[in-house]
Amino acid sequence: MRRKSKSGVTRAVDIIVIAVAIFLVGYVIHKVDTVMIYEWHWDFLWEYILRWDEEEQAYKPNLLLKGLTATFGLVIWSMLLASVIGIVMGIMRTSSRIFFRTVSRLYVEFIRNMPPVVFIFVFFFFLSSQFVPLLGIDQISVDASPRTIAVLEILLGPPELFANVISGIICLALFEGAYITEIIRAGIQSIDKGQTEAGQSIGLSRLQTLRWIIFPQAVRKVIPPLAGQFITLIKDSSILALISIQELTFLAQEVAYSTQYVFEVWLFVAGVYFCICYSLAFLFTRLEKRTHKIY
Amino acid sequence: MEQMITLKNVFKYFGDFRALNDVSLEVSGGERVVVCGPSGSGKSTMIRCINRLEEHDDGQIWVNKNELTEDTRNIAQIRKDIGMVFQQFNLFPHLSVIDNLTLAPMKARGLSKGDATELAMTYLNRVHIPEQAAKYPGQLSGGQQQRVAIARSLCMQPKIMLFDEPTSALDPEMIKEVLDVMIELAEEGMTMIVVTHEMGFAKKAANKVVFMDEGEVVESAPTEEFFSQPKSDRTKLFLSQILTH
Repeated sequence: MRRKSKSGVTRAVDIIVIAVAIFLVGYVIHKVDTVMIYEWHWDFLWEYILRWDEEEQAYKPNLLLKGLTATFGLVIWSMLLASVIGIVMGIMRTSSRIFFRTVSRLYVEFIRNMPPVVFIFVFFFFLSSQFVPLLGIDQISVDASPRTIAVLEILLGPPELFANVISGIICLALFEGAYITEIIRAGIQSIDKGQTEAGQSIGLSRLQTLRWIIFPQAVRKVIPPLAGQFITLIKDSSILALISIQELTFLAQEVAYSTQYVFEVWLFVAGVYFCICYSLAFLFTRLEKRTHKIY
Repeated sequence: MEQMITLKNVFKYFGDFRALNDVSLEVSGGERVVVCGPSGSGKSTMIRCINRLEEHDDGQIWVNKNELTEDTRNIAQIRKDIGMVFQQFNLFPHLSVIDNLTLAPMKARGLSKGDATELAMTYLNRVHIPEQAAKYPGQLSGGQQQRVAIARSLCMQPKIMLFDEPTSALDPEMIKEVLDVMIELAEEGMTMIVVTHEMGFAKKAANKVVFMDEGEVVESAPTEEFFSQPKSDRTKLFLSQILTH
């Protein structure tokens, strides 16, 4: 009986909270409608997503869709690169050798104590002035065979922006990699020391112990914080607009300025980011549940 | 009998704390040594030094004629000859029992999956739980887990087995099943060093008993002699405390 009445109370509270939320949303819409007296123009968005090409008689992606694909490319490659950096640095962070520990510690502290925008400005100008010419990345689109370019185009987007996109990916990956390093370190250190000792005592090397004993157990603990970090990475990718990487935020800015439909564009872009991040979170929750079934 | 393990004037410090104080010990092949003493007396530290889970600070340790040094390749080789059983079992929770057993033979000795499985089943039979092969450690009782841990060590076919308080984390009714397995192992002639408070096991299976206190070996004697005529007062006190009930 008592239990029933308690759940009755929770339900009442839930209803009140929902009612308040609905009221607030309605109030905002009402205010926008009556006070701002703003005439919404959503139709124009379509032509900035897909445009009709008269010459080729076909629909072609326009700025917003191009931006979205560029963001996808940036995010996927940065996630991969950041994970590699994070795993290597995370292992170094738990190493018994002071040299490895110091290197990864310096890396993490350097990045954690700097605002992302500042880091990206500093690093991008270093990258684009030193690193990119050094590796000849800016020459790829000129020198490479058509086939190579075709493959790279699928992976990275338009050839004329290769150098630009690669710099963006490296910047973002280096930045997020530091946080992933800390997540991996925490994951490794959360596994009982007895596991390492057992691995060593049955004759496994340090790397084998990590690979077969520590990592499989750490992965489970690392999935939730890693999901959070990946979502942060997606959101942080919009900072790359500041260094003229042609991704969603950058191109949305151009559309907003040229059409003057500022509210519509930014609301749309916000919706797109929300959808991407939310589906990723959803995916990771599923993954988490699956790993928990294993043992 | 040839020497399997020799410790000569070994010292070990944790910060300022002297965990091992001039410890010397000799164990020959096939010998079963029980190490006892109050908690904090350095028993566990000593056997952990033998397979270098702890590094000794001074003195020398030889295992099977190899001296333990900082050379890591040397250590990996020596560890393949030494099995270790822990108080907390330390089974790998993410692997099934059979995978716990086959991991090291496959990765460290390069056995095929088939050979490793066959080997693992042999040892699961030796510890009397072949029917649990497909289960995960979390589904087993403490006694069964410890027996799996013993089988896991045996799968590397070690020449020496170290036991670090193997029954201390077990419920009383499960101690016997683990001790029985250990006694069988002793009867087969395995070289064993066992840190334990189970004096019944010592009387039954050990050739030699070592009593440690405050990081020192206070007394080391053949089993019979150790229990019937202990020389040191500290040993007498310890035995009276542990044997009265």
